[in-house]
Amino acid sequence: MTITEKILAAHSGRKKVSPGELINAKVDLVLANDITAPISISEFRKIGAKDVFNKERIALIPDHFAPQKDIKAAEQCKMLREFSREHDLSLYFEVGRMGIEHALLPEEGLVVPGDVVIGADSHTCTYGALGAFSTGVGSTDVAAAMATGDCWFKVPESMKFIYYGKLNKWVSGKDLILHTIGDIGVDGALYMAMEFAGETIENLPMHGRLTMCNMAIEAGGKSGIIVPDKITRSYVRKRAKRPPVFYKPDKNPKYAEIREYDCSKIPLTVSCPHLPSNTRPAAELFEVAVDQVVIGSCTNGRLEDIREAAMIMKGRKVNPNVRMIVIPATQKIYRQAMKEKLLDIFIEAEAVVSTPTCGPCLGGHMGILAKGEKAIATTNRNFVGRMGHPESEVYLSNPAVAAASAVLGRIGTPEELGL
Amino acid sequence: MLIRGKVWRFGNDIDTDAIIPARYLNTHDPKELAKHVMEDADRDFSGKIKAGDLIVAGKNFGCGSSREHAPIAIKASGIHAVIAKSFARIFYRNAFNIGLAIFESPEASEKIKEADEIEIDADKGVIKNLTTQEEYTANPIPSFMQQLIDAGGLIEWTKQKLIAHGS
Repeated sequence: MTITEKILAAHSGRKKVSPGELINAKVDLVLANDITAPISISEFRKIGAKDVFNKERIALIPDHFAPQKDIKAAEQCKMLREFSREHDLSLYFEVGRMGIEHALLPEEGLVVPGDVVIGADSHTCTYGALGAFSTGVGSTDVAAAMATGDCWFKVPESMKFIYYGKLNKWVSGKDLILHTIGDIGVDGALYMAMEFAGETIENLPMHGRLTMCNMAIEAGGKSGIIVPDKITRSYVRKRAKRPPVFYKPDKNPKYAEIREYDCSKIPLTVSCPHLPSNTRPAAELFEVAVDQVVIGSCTNGRLEDIREAAMIMKGRKVNPNVRMIVIPATQKIYRQAMKEKLLDIFIEAEAVVSTPTCGPCLGGHMGILAKGEKAIATTNRNFVGRMGHPESEVYLSNPAVAAASAVLGRIGTPEELGL
Repeated sequence: MLIRGKVWRFGNDIDTDAIIPARYLNTHDPKELAKHVMEDADRDFSGKIKAGDLIVAGKNFGCGSSREHAPIAIKASGIHAVIAKSFARIFYRNAFNIGLAIFESPEASEKIKEADEIEIDADKGVIKNLTTQEEYTANPIPSFMQQLIDAGGLIEWTKQKLIAHGS
């Protein structure tokens, strides 16, 4: 069995599961946000269950349109707050204590290796970086799981992606995943578990792994996963709130497909409008002027991402034609960035620093594009209208490329700034 | 069950941001959502369609966000079914959970044109093109999904399960 099959077997009380099989599995954590939870809550009420399956295993996180951007958003956030009080849920995170869900939960050790996690948010696949099976579902699936503590799954086939060779300067997990999506397409891993492996992954720090698994959905994947190793153990050692289980695959498990990438050939990569698979080397896009730069999101709003952007911005100014918006993904990251004087660097560079929110990534608030405007962002999707007007454009990149582009006023690389 | 209607065509990789842009997700009221259905793929769509119309699209329909608002907006707009070459995973699951009829048929996706009149025999998985007199087959619905449909959706199915377990 693959690691994914082993986790699913253990959670469905079976010795063995095979791809294609339908199983009912116990879930360790269920999550939803201010956009998806309101539907989950009303559907949960229709079930007529006396209570939730476990008060400590349901995370409700207002992060998309929070701090509440308008009256309707405030009403939705209120539903989460009231439901959490009514059921005495321990994992409700109020503004000021919250963060972007997929940055917050691993950071707080609330998802641990070996877990099965479902979330009414497609980027729930992020936690595969810890060696958990986690996948995005709809609000109704979350409603059912809140009542029963389990969820039905079709055991996915696994596709293995092996990365070897040394990463080029400034190339990160984001570039590896964008390159991979560019290679296989936005449905290249449809219904599959994407397993990332190889010597480059073994040396990739946890934030890069979280970025890669986060974007498995952009290739149509059901989940992304990395077999736990030393890096996983040291990441969870101080934070895990529950005992982790480090699953390992059997020898020679069956993969639907194995693909290999020589990382020394992977350049700084940008996804052009309007699909994440529409990738080009960043260096070829020097003619694209940008109006806005966003550093943040569940994909690239972690401390290391903020540090990387700050390294580029130190002593430089945001180009006069550009608005730069930096959004640390959680309160902890925000505070640490403050302690490290990273926020000073951005403010001196004439960028704005925002409180944690998904905000502009999905065209919610805090930096919406007008007709004809272009942005380069460290976010995850560049669909039509994703960050604002249907005739605006989003380019996706890693934090270093986005920051360099903010200085240059066009898409560019750190090398162009002598870095 | 027979579903008969006029077709609106869409291409490949229609994402859930195109089906219902996030700027409208500060509500989950189906009627409000329906006003903006498919807006970023076809600006005037909600004004053009009539109850009972159908959508036929290419591959990977419903990719991107997990928002259940996408199938809800389609259903509330009066569109009775969606046929596609393939569906993105979460959209597929959501459509069954909320009771939007969807059919996977590469053949129908390739051959059906905008404004064709078609008739879907949901039980047999047969799609008839009344405009061209062609007939296509839809991929069979997995048996578990059929159980969900028979129960009246995931919420009803869960209710029955909880009753059976005595809680």
